[in-house]
Amino acid sequence: MESIVKKRIQQVRKGDQDAFGEIVELFKDRVYHVCFRMLGNRHEAEDIAQEAFIRAYTNIHTFDIDRKFSTWLFRIATNLCIDRIRKKKPDYYLDAEVSGTDGLTMYSQVQTDDPLPEEEVESMELQESIQKEISRLPDKYRSVIVLKYIEELSLKEISEILDMPIGTVKTRIHRGREALRKQLRSI
Amino acid sequence: MNTCPENIVLMMHDYLDEEISQEKEKELKVHLQSCEACKTHFHELKKTVALVQSTSHIQAPGNFTQNVMAKLPKEKKKAGVERWFHRHPLLAAVAVFFVLMGGSLFTNWNGGEELSFTQSEQVVVEGNTVVVPEGETVQGDLTVRNGDLRIEGTVEGDVTIVNGQQYMAGAGGVTGEIEEIDQAFEWLWYSIKSAAKELGSFGSDE
Repeated sequence: MESIVKKRIQQVRKGDQDAFGEIVELFKDRVYHVCFRMLGNRHEAEDIAQEAFIRAYTNIHTFDIDRKFSTWLFRIATNLCIDRIRKKKPDYYLDAEVSGTDGLTMYSQVQTDDPLPEEEVESMELQESIQKEISRLPDKYRSVIVLKYIEELSLKEISEILDMPIGTVKTRIHRGREALRKQLRSI
Repeated sequence: MNTCPENIVLMMHDYLDEEISQEKEKELKVHLQSCEACKTHFHELKKTVALVQSTSHIQAPGNFTQNVMAKLPKEKKKAGVERWFHRHPLLAAVAVFFVLMGGSLFTNWNGGEELSFTQSEQVVVEGNTVVVPEGETVQGDLTVRNGDLRIEGTVEGDVTIVNGQQYMAGAGGVTGEIEEIDQAFEWLWYSIKSAAKELGSFGSDE
């Protein structure tokens, strides 16, 4: 896959926009998912994920072709997410509420119109409360937890994405886990 | 609750990061068996990880890619043309052929703004009109460009008039065909026909 990506990037650099469309197709779900878990809101996630791809496109010449593209892309996306989180801090809790309802509409869209079985409702509610707790984490813990447990990236990759030493990543993961442990204890 | 020794909690995290040595792991296990508080702590941590990992994978909205593409800055025209050529090599060849061919035709077309005609001693020019006088006979084909042709005598061959008209006097006569061409398009068509004829004759020569 990396070689396909590299080829497409070279085409994009020559000005071929369609090649970039293929890159978007390849990475859109992962980028969107990270943004959703970071922001806890479907609409904002789409907004930021799109912005991440647009930034990647306009800055494609600064990308080092010998490195992993996904790392670079996640770096753009997480930075945008963190910026957004910091900007909206004042109405933070209000927003978390909204994200819950958003999640509901999303999951119900995936399902058919049939009434949901009991366990489905329960699992939906569980998912929502987990997401809500992730959204309550301070952003520096949230980004490492999302990258580690949602994207299942290695500590090394996370340290590259967030541009910080592995030691810092580890500490943040530990603290993030501890914070989440306390929040999720009652579940 | 939070009475667990610092070093044991660190071991738990190292365990979760899969970065624990075998001795430390043993030490942790032994401790967990004896310490209820640490056992709960460790259990809660593992549960936390499991819960976070249990969140379902969600996908980007269906029209995500189109939306991104619509927002990208416009690409350079050059790339679009290059890609088109890349995808349609045959059409590209045809297009190039027509562009070059058309180009040369138009030079021909525009090149002959002035009156010109097949040189012949029998022919007289009156202003913008070429006249084959009464009693004269032109041997061979006669072509007039950008002017009219009046035939009072005889032409023993084909007559072609480009961008002009021909008038035939009562006594005049043409043994071959008469063709009037007065539009660019027809000139193009005529040239293609002659080119095809030439090609045909090349073919038969060989």
